[in-house]
Formats: sequence, structure tokens, C-alpha cells
Amino acid sequence: MSDADKAPAPLIVLDGIRKTYNAGLPNEAEVLHGVSFSLGHGEFVALIGPSGSGKSTLLNIVGLLERASGGSYRVEGAETAGLDDAALTLRRRTSLGFVFQFHHLLPAFSALENVTLPALMREGRVTPAARERARAVLAAVGLAQAMDKRPGELSGGMQQRVAIARALVLEPPLVLADEPTGNLDTASSDEVFALMRRMHAELGTSFLVVTHDPRLAARCDRVLELVDGRLVRDASQTATTATTATATPAAAPA
Amino acid sequence: MLGFESRVATRFLREGRMQTVLIIIGVAAGVAVVAYISALITGLQRNTIEKTLGAQAHLIISPLDDTVLAARAPASAGTSELVQTQPRAQRPASIANWQTLVPLLEAMPEVAAVSPMVSAAGLAVRGEATKAIALVGVDLDRYDRIIGLRSKVVAGVARLGPGEGIIGRDLADDLGVRVGDRVGIVTGGVNDSLRVTALVDLGVRELNRRTVIVPLRTAQSLVSLPGGATSLDLTVVDIWSAQALAGDLAARWPYKAESWQQSNAQLVSALNAQSVSTALIRGVVLVVVVLGIASVLVVSVVQKQREIGILRAMGATQGQVLRIFLLQGAIVGALGSALGVLLAVLLIGAFTYFVRGSDGLPLFNISLEPMLALRVAAIATVCGVLAAVAPARRAARLDPAQAIRL
Repeated sequence: MSDADKAPAPLIVLDGIRKTYNAGLPNEAEVLHGVSFSLGHGEFVALIGPSGSGKSTLLNIVGLLERASGGSYRVEGAETAGLDDAALTLRRRTSLGFVFQFHHLLPAFSALENVTLPALMREGRVTPAARERARAVLAAVGLAQAMDKRPGELSGGMQQRVAIARALVLEPPLVLADEPTGNLDTASSDEVFALMRRMHAELGTSFLVVTHDPRLAARCDRVLELVDGRLVRDASQTATTATTATATPAAAPA
Repeated sequence: MLGFESRVATRFLREGRMQTVLIIIGVAAGVAVVAYISALITGLQRNTIEKTLGAQAHLIISPLDDTVLAARAPASAGTSELVQTQPRAQRPASIANWQTLVPLLEAMPEVAAVSPMVSAAGLAVRGEATKAIALVGVDLDRYDRIIGLRSKVVAGVARLGPGEGIIGRDLADDLGVRVGDRVGIVTGGVNDSLRVTALVDLGVRELNRRTVIVPLRTAQSLVSLPGGATSLDLTVVDIWSAQALAGDLAARWPYKAESWQQSNAQLVSALNAQSVSTALIRGVVLVVVVLGIASVLVVSVVQKQREIGILRAMGATQGQVLRIFLLQGAIVGALGSALGVLLAVLLIGAFTYFVRGSDGLPLFNISLEPMLALRVAAIATVCGVLAAVAPARRAARLDPAQAIRL
């Protein structure tokens, strides 16, 4: 207990997370079999694994979009199991930002409006300060010229940059990205990834990035590999040279 | 308040352009039909009642019928007695103490005017011609307040001095009488004659053919009821309260009180039937409007699943998503009803312009009263919200993880 108090509190802690779909039915399937890891402030982590390994499910659980069937999940020290929908929503609002592979933006809103949406949602109005903040973030992601364009008028890479700006505008401690470059060509893909790294460096935001792309995974500080619903690798690495550590299924900073 | 919800709701509606326009037009059509039918039926009924009550009092008080009480010898126990009585012929009878009754009635807040009357049957005679008449003895000023007699004069000037009378237009034709001519009147055994000061059109041919209006005093002497009144005519403030007032009066005093509804029972039931069918039409139209809005919103929820999912992921609460869709229903309902009221005004204008009687004048007056328009619009807007409840709940309950994946 006293040791834990001294260590810097991790951002999120997953302990023995299990997820079962169609529980009690003939087609019952457990897709996560006790996944444990923790994420500190300012980490940049890749989550890799083959299709069907449970990456998306794990990301949804981390993103509080789905509830785990078992295990414990703490966000900024607070247990989330047993929270009702309203409480989970509130948690999402304050602690998390999302970047998705497809359909990232609301097509009826301009780039700037998409980025002011989180503030509007929270306050019921967009204050001049919030608008300025949104403009600044959009400028930071290199879209100063495209603020009033609708998503349909932007390229895939630009749309994804708007999505990153939206995820970051309220400065959540953790951004979850689900195949953020999966829909882009190599050049745009590199650009978007570089942008995430830059924002990470500038804002100190933690990133958890699900990706198929080994090139990108190699550029993350830490790699989690999921196979068949089990964490088989949790490795810290520097730059592109991976230093493989032993898989620690119950990796809790003790 | 609702800044986020209203922003997203209006954007969603604008995004669904064609769908939104079509459903607003649909709501407008429904609202227009409801408003138009309501105005039409209200106008029609008002017109019918005005015509009916134009020549009759709202409420008539008369003495109780004469009845025969059989004189009975005390019957010994165990025996039954068969008594047969013949109904009595009803003599002209005066309302007892009507002079004291009039101010009492006038003091009642529901009563607008009271007019004593002596009515009797008789004959009008002029030369060879003899016509059966309904003799009406009244005080002109009081009677005017009951049926607006002065406005019904078609020739001469209404005046009821001693020896003067006002007669129906068709009776004048039948007798060949003009204003200023004299007519002989026979009732029972008494003969008299009067000078015609005015001809009136009471709106009903049968009345025009038989009505002879004379001063109260003249009529009293013609039917041998000195100082009497055979009935009291009442005008009430709210015509629909006449029935209740009649019951009230009959219970309070030993007189007969008959409301216009009782004397026009068939008309009243026809009007009721009309009101019921109008309500039915309105109900069906509103249900159709609700279903229309609901179906469009259900489709919209399905189309917008992804966006709903993203909003939820970003931290929109279930309540916020619910309100986004409820607001869409309200907006569609409000815009639709604004347009619908406009449409109804046009329809009513067209009706008054194109539907005309044989005299080239509008058949009757209908207008959309602002209160009615407001009420219809409010109901339609509420219907919009109600229609949105099911789709909105569905949207709010979408599983965000699943919605995003679609």
C-alpha cells in the first residue's frame, strides 16, 4: 500500500480484464482472457495483433465504450466497473479523446465546428476562448487554411488531422486511436503519425494506438501485442529499435 | 440551454434535406386540414345556430300545464281503485307574478335579456282574405333584445303604439297589405283592428306567413288576460348554457322552462354528430402526422448511427442524444404547423372567394381565429415531440461501440 502511494499513479490500470460475448448462449465467446497492463502519463503505446485478436474490443473497453465482463479497470485511480452509463460518459468526456479509422468526423459540421463540438457538448455553447483554442489546435495540425471546410471537402489525411485536433482540443490525458492511418496512403500515413508524435511531445498526452502497420508500431515507445485475447508481449523500446521485454500478463507497477 | 442539442438537431435536419422538406410539407398538410376543417365546421355551426336562434328565444318560461287531479274517496285497505282522467284542454294562462319574476331573472349573470310575451292563435282578416296567424304581444324594446326585431324590418319603421302592429312579410303579401294599411284581427270572440307600421323578415317562411306582433297590452285584451303574460322570452349570454339554466329555473320555480336545445333537439343532435365526426377526422389526421414524423426520424436514427456513436464516444450523454432527436421532432412539428396555418388561411380565403350563394355573397363567414390557429400549431408541435419519443429513445440506447463500427 505504502509503496503504491509513493509511485506516480498510473493513468489507467487494467487487471485481469475479460470480455465474453453472448454470455449464456450457445454461441458464447470469450474474446479477452484476463488482460492486464497499465499505462502511465505521457506514454506512447502501440497495440498490435492479428485480426480477431481482440484489439478493438480491448480498445473499446479502455475507451469506456464497452464494459468488461470481468476484471478491474481503473482510470486515474477510479474503478470503472459497475459505473452506470452516465458516469462512464462523464469519464469519457474528461479523460479520453478518440481518433477512429473511418467516419471520424460529423459530415454536417465544418472542420472548426467539429473541433469545437467537445466544448459545445460540455458547456452548451462555444465561448470565444473555446473557439480560439480550437483554431489554435487546428493551426497546430496544419489546417489553418481549411477550418471552414466540410469533411467531405478534405482529403483523408486532412480529415484525420481534424480528428486528432478534435481529440486533443480539451487536452484529455489519454487519446485512443483505432487504426488512425489504416485508411491512408503511406505518405499521409507517415504525416498523421508524425503529427501524433509531435502532439504527444508538445502536450504530454498519452496515446494508445491500435495499428496493423509494423513500421508505425516500431516508432512507438512501447508495444503491446495481443494474440487470441491474451497479451503476449509488453515491450518497451526506444525509437525504432525494440528492446523486447518479457511478457507480463499481470504487469502492474508494484 | 440546449445549445449543443439544438445545434446538432438543426444540422441533422439540414443534412437530411429532401427528407426534412417532405415531412415538413406533410405536417403542414395535416395541420392545414385540421385548421381548415375546424374553422369550417365552427363557422358552419355558428351560422346554423345564428339562423335558428334568429327568430326564437334561447329560453322560454311558461306556466305549468293544467292537470286534472282526480277527487278520491278514502279507499279501504286492501282495495285498489282505478281512476281515469281525461287530459285537460290548455287554456291561455298567465305566468303568476311574472312582473316580480322579470327583475329576478334580469339580475342573473347568465341572462342577457328578458321579454314578457302574450301569444295566442287568431285570424287576420282583410276584405275577402282570412289567414290563420300567430299573435304575439310584446314590449318592442324588450323583444328587440331577444330576436333583434328592428334589424329584421324590411319595410316601414318598427313601432308599436296602441292600435299598431308589425306583420311578417309573406303575410303582408297574402293579405295584400302595405305599411300604413289596416288589418282586422280576430281571436276567440274579440275583434280588433291594427295599422301596420312595419314588415319583418324573420328568416323562416312559415314565421313570415303567420306572425303578427302587437303591443303587449293589445294582446292581453285580445286573449282576455289583462295584465298577464303567457311566457317570458330569455336571451342568455352563452347559448350553450341555456339547457343547464332551464333545468335550474324549472327546479327553482314552479314554471316550465324550455331551452332552445330542447325545442331544436334534432338540430342539436345533428350539430353534435358533426362535431364528433370532425373530432374523428382531426384525430386521424394527427395520428397520420405523428406516424409520418416518427417514420422519418426512425430512418434518420438508422442513417445517423455512426454520428451518434461518435458523439457518444466524445462524451455526449444519453440524455443529450435523446434531446437531439426530440428537438428534431419539435422543430419539424413547429415549422410544419407554421406552414400549415398559412396554408389553412389560403384555403379559407379560397373557400370564401369561390363558394358563394345565389345572391353572390359568401355563403357564410368562416375565419381562422388566432386562438384556434395557435392551439392547432401547439398540438402539432407537441405531436412532433411525441412522435420523436420512440426514435429518440432508440438513438439514446444505441451501443456506441457498435454504432461506430457500422
